[in-house]
Amino acid sequence: MPDSAIIIPSVLNGLTTGGLYALVALGLTLIYGVLHIINFAHGALLMLGLYAVYFLNVQFGIDPYAALLIVPPAMFALGYALQRGIIGRASHGRDENILLVTLGLSIIIENLALFFFRSDTRTVDTPYSFDVVEIFGAFLPYPKVVAFFGALVTAALLWLLMSHTDLGRAIRALAKERKGAQLVGINADHVFAMSFGLGVACLGVAACLLLPSYYVNPQVGGGFVLIAFTIVVLGGMGSFVGALIGGLIIGVVEALGGLFLGESLGQIGIFVIFILVLIFRPTGLFGARA
Amino acid sequence: MKQAQKLLMLIVVFGLIALAPLLIVQESMLNLVIMTLYAALLGQAWNILGGYGGQVSFGHAAYFGTGAYAVAVLQVQFGINPWIGLVVGGLAAAVVGAFIGFCTFRYGLRGSYFALVTLAFAEVLRILSNSVDFTGAGVGLLIPLERSAANFQFASKEGFFWVIWAITFAAFLTVWKIGNSRFGAQLMAVRDNEDAARALGVDAFRVKMGAIMLSGFFAGLAGVFYAQYYLYLDPHIAYGAAISVESLLVPIIGGMGTLFGPLLGAAFLHGLSELSRAVIGDAPGISLVLYGVLLVIMVLFVPRGLAGLASHLRRGKRSQPRTEEGKGHA
Repeated sequence: MPDSAIIIPSVLNGLTTGGLYALVALGLTLIYGVLHIINFAHGALLMLGLYAVYFLNVQFGIDPYAALLIVPPAMFALGYALQRGIIGRASHGRDENILLVTLGLSIIIENLALFFFRSDTRTVDTPYSFDVVEIFGAFLPYPKVVAFFGALVTAALLWLLMSHTDLGRAIRALAKERKGAQLVGINADHVFAMSFGLGVACLGVAACLLLPSYYVNPQVGGGFVLIAFTIVVLGGMGSFVGALIGGLIIGVVEALGGLFLGESLGQIGIFVIFILVLIFRPTGLFGARA
Repeated sequence: MKQAQKLLMLIVVFGLIALAPLLIVQESMLNLVIMTLYAALLGQAWNILGGYGGQVSFGHAAYFGTGAYAVAVLQVQFGINPWIGLVVGGLAAAVVGAFIGFCTFRYGLRGSYFALVTLAFAEVLRILSNSVDFTGAGVGLLIPLERSAANFQFASKEGFFWVIWAITFAAFLTVWKIGNSRFGAQLMAVRDNEDAARALGVDAFRVKMGAIMLSGFFAGLAGVFYAQYYLYLDPHIAYGAAISVESLLVPIIGGMGTLFGPLLGAAFLHGLSELSRAVIGDAPGISLVLYGVLLVIMVLFVPRGLAGLASHLRRGKRSQPRTEEGKGHA
């Protein structure tokens, strides 16, 4: 049994990684919670966001954190257009079609990236990339600590948006009762697209916070999405608090699993939790009763 | 189409496919036919559970990989003949299906929840096979080359063609039989309205268990064939998302819950990727971009799959008025 001197840094490190996972999961849970669709293009869109941050940095010298002002709004516009122009039209009322069309989009985006950017793995060079912060005797990478707090702020902002604005109320109304919401005059197509746009904008935020401590290549999204699905299910579909807490739990489980079982088996813990939650509590920890 | 008509058509279609080795001299063309049959097998396996049973699985790699690893591990570690491995692989995959089915159907998981659980099971198996020694872990398994028919390794592609032709034909006959049986009627009743089916006395759990085991069995056979055809296996090939995606893409493009859907879908997808490769060449990614674009276009404009399109056109010829009939069935 390793002593606390090893376990505490491992847990803290897991928490910061979990914050990053939570950011990716926030967008997914919004889209899943409102549109009830599994967005297979989520990983590809995250990758696109990472490339945007990368090129803004390399071409124009814009700091990844400054890119927070540019990339999330651009991602929002892209998400809105995708939902309104393609995904919404393709559904024909059947979920398999949405699955297929988002799958098709992810194939297109990933392979376009492969064609234009090649499969090289790229990183950005920032003055703070290798800074560390000392917390409880553990040394944590500065960018990961920033990302952790960024995830908290993003979740809080989303919660405010959902609970205190007309848009938020319209989104929740549509998620609960589509026909009823339309009857009282909510423009479903528009609000669905806004939700999808917001979900994709979250990926933009995630991309800005992620890149300083991570890398980008055309396949980078896949691993994140699988974990994000786990978090969404664990936290409860459509719950922001759930996505946040779920992300942190998964981050810690992964870190501790890696510590006790070794790197390759460590991830098993994530999926075992996933399966157990789905079987015994399919609504997740914070999900509404089905 | 009546059931007898379908059977006749099935025999004619597979009879025509059987002419392929006589007509085709190029190895690469025969390879295309083999891969199309293999994809049709994988898609038909998915179709049993997803198309006829309405249980959309995102993790058919779990069965495919189990079949593939069964035959490879038995050969490499225990020296057991791959023809025995073919049977063992199919059965092992069926057992994995039974396990996943037991875990999920018992607790009444449906729809997206079921899809996500299957995805997670495939991932667990991928990580496990990446971590234990007897599967060769991340390095993978190389099946030793010993070309002989007794060893399920053929000197020419023709031998492989006949094996995959026979297995795929058997899978399609099984599905024809399902469409024509009490079990199939119950399965489709569960798909269309599970609560109503149960109210009528259908044991939904048992019916779904039957479907997932049968589906796993055929997907496992596809895995065995893959392992013998390429003689190499690693966790990413066996349990990776690509196989799960291919096995659901084929029947959805072709037409879910139809007998010929998986064959149409397999021919369409493989034809498409060959065509795009021929037209565009080997620039990395670009042929797949076209593949994705066509996929999106298909979903936008042909939402009920190729089989749905075919029956729509047939109805059109009889000059029936166009109704909204299709929507009610969706």
